[in-house]
Amino acid sequence: MSAPFGRRVAVVVSRVELGAYVVLEVADDATPAAPGQFYMLAAVERWGGGEDERPFLGRAISALAARGERRVAFLLEDVGPGTRRLCELEAGDDMYLVGPLGRGFVPPEDGQEALLVGGGVGIPPLAMFQEAWGGRALLGFRDAQRAPGASLFDNPEVATDDGSVGHHGPVTDLLDRVLGEGGEFVLYGCGPPGLLEALRVRALRHGVAAQLCLEAPMACGFGACYGCVVETTEGYKRICVDGPVLDAAVLV
Amino acid sequence: MIDFCGIELAHPVINASGCFDVLAARACFGEELIERFPFSAYVSKTVTLAPRAGNPPPRLWESAAGMINSIGLPNPGIEGYLDEHLGEYAKLGVPLITNVMGSTAAEFVALLAALEDRSEVAAIELNVSCPNVATGLDIGADPRGLRLLLEELRPLTQKPLIVKLTPNTADVGACASAAEEGGADAVSLINTLRAMALGYGGKPWLGGGSGGLSGPAIRAVALAQVASVAERVAIPIVGMGGVSSGADAAALLEVGALLVAVGTESFRDPAAGARISAELARLFAENAGS
Repeated sequence: MSAPFGRRVAVVVSRVELGAYVVLEVADDATPAAPGQFYMLAAVERWGGGEDERPFLGRAISALAARGERRVAFLLEDVGPGTRRLCELEAGDDMYLVGPLGRGFVPPEDGQEALLVGGGVGIPPLAMFQEAWGGRALLGFRDAQRAPGASLFDNPEVATDDGSVGHHGPVTDLLDRVLGEGGEFVLYGCGPPGLLEALRVRALRHGVAAQLCLEAPMACGFGACYGCVVETTEGYKRICVDGPVLDAAVLV
Repeated sequence: MIDFCGIELAHPVINASGCFDVLAARACFGEELIERFPFSAYVSKTVTLAPRAGNPPPRLWESAAGMINSIGLPNPGIEGYLDEHLGEYAKLGVPLITNVMGSTAAEFVALLAALEDRSEVAAIELNVSCPNVATGLDIGADPRGLRLLLEELRPLTQKPLIVKLTPNTADVGACASAAEEGGADAVSLINTLRAMALGYGGKPWLGGGSGGLSGPAIRAVALAQVASVAERVAIPIVGMGGVSSGADAAALLEVGALLVAVGTESFRDPAAGARISAELARLFAENAGS
C-alpha cells in the first residue's frame, strides 16, 4: 500500500507523558502503518528558529500504533531541537506527516518464536509487532524515568542500566538467558546502534535469523536524498526505502 | 507553455538534479506521484561514466535553515542508467534532462556519445563541479577551461546543453559568460555552496570531509548570483537555491531566470514542486489582474 503523495497536515488528538517519553496520538485516515514503518514528522508552527536555527528537516519517527481508529501514535524523547519541538505539541496542534514509509518487519513462520529485543525510545516498532503478531518482549532502558516504556507491551521482561527497574544490566543479558534455554527463535530488534550490533553478533553466533530496524538521520524519508545509507554486503543501502528493517545477515 | 531551448514545458518549475529519485518516490507514493507529477521536466541525478557507490556515511548535517550533504554522486554509471533507469523515466510524461559529470573532457565526450541516440533524453545538463585533475579547481570555476570544454562538446550533440554552474568561484558571471561563448544553450545555478561541519573531537562530521550547503540558508546568495548571471548572458537561466515558496520562485524569475528548480524543499515535502508551481501561478494571476 502506498503512502499519500506529499506532506499533509494532521491534528494531534492527545499527548500523554510516559516517564521521560511523550506519546502523541495524531488523527490520520491514510493507509495505516505496518510494524517497523515510519513517518517524517514536523510541527506546522515554529519548526525552525530553535537552537542553532533548527530544526529544518522533518524527523523520521517509527509508528507506535495504528489502531484502526484513524489514528497513528508516536513515542518521542527530547534529544535535540526536532524531537524537543515535537514533544512540546499539545492536543489540537497541527503536525506535518509524510508516510507511512519504508519496509517493516516480516512476521515469523509457524513454529518460530519471535523474540522482540528493544532499547529505549526504539521500542515502538516492537510494540506494534507484538500487537499484530505476538512475541516475547525483552526491553532495556537507561533508568526508571524510561522504564515506563515497558507498559506499551504485554508481559515484558525489563532490564535497566542503573538497576532501578528489573534486571541490573544490559538487555542482552536477558536475551542470552533465553537463547540458552533453546528454541526456534527469530530475533526482532530496534534500539541504539550498540544494541543492534550486539543482536547481529548473537544472531550469527547462534545461527538465528534476525530482522533489525535501523535508524539514521534522514532529509527526506522517501529515497530522494541518499543521505541515510548503511553499508551492507550488497553495497550501500538507503535505510528509508531499502529498510528501515534489514536482515542482520546483510549488515557488515 | 514555456519554450526552454526548444523544449515545451507546461510551467516553470523543475527539480534540481539529485534531489528527487522518481523510482524510489514511485515505490513510496504509487501512481499518485505520476498523476500529480510536480515538475514540468525531470532532471536525473548525476550520471558518471563508471558506477559510483557514493561517499561513506554520515552524509548529512542539518545546519541553520538548511543542510549540508556529502552524498558523493552514487549512480549506476552510464550503462546502468541507460539500461535500468531511462525507460522508467520516459514514462513520466514530462521531458527528461539527463545530468552528467566527467572528471575530464574525454569523459564528457563519452557520456554525450552514449546519450546522443536516445530520443528519451530532451536535453543534457553538465555538472562541472568536479575538480580538474591537473589544477585542482572545479572545472566550472575556471572561465577559460569552461569555455574550452563547451567548445569541444557543443559540436558533438544535437541536444541542448545546460551548464550547471558552481557558486564556488570568484566570478560566477564570468563563468556563465564563458559557457555561453563556448556554445552552452542554457545555464543553471546555483549548485550547493561548499561547507563543512565539525563532529565530536573537532573532526569533520561528514564521511566525505566537506559537503554542499543547500536550503533557505543559501536563498539570498542564489538571488544575487542569478541576477549577476542574467546581466551577463542572453541564454536561458534555470534559477535555484533555497526555493521554498512561490514567492521565492517569483524572485528568481524577476531577476532573470526562465525556469526555477526545487531541491531541498522536496525533501521536506515530496509534493513541494506542485505547491510552489501553484503558488507561482496564483502570483502571476494576481499581478495580471492588478
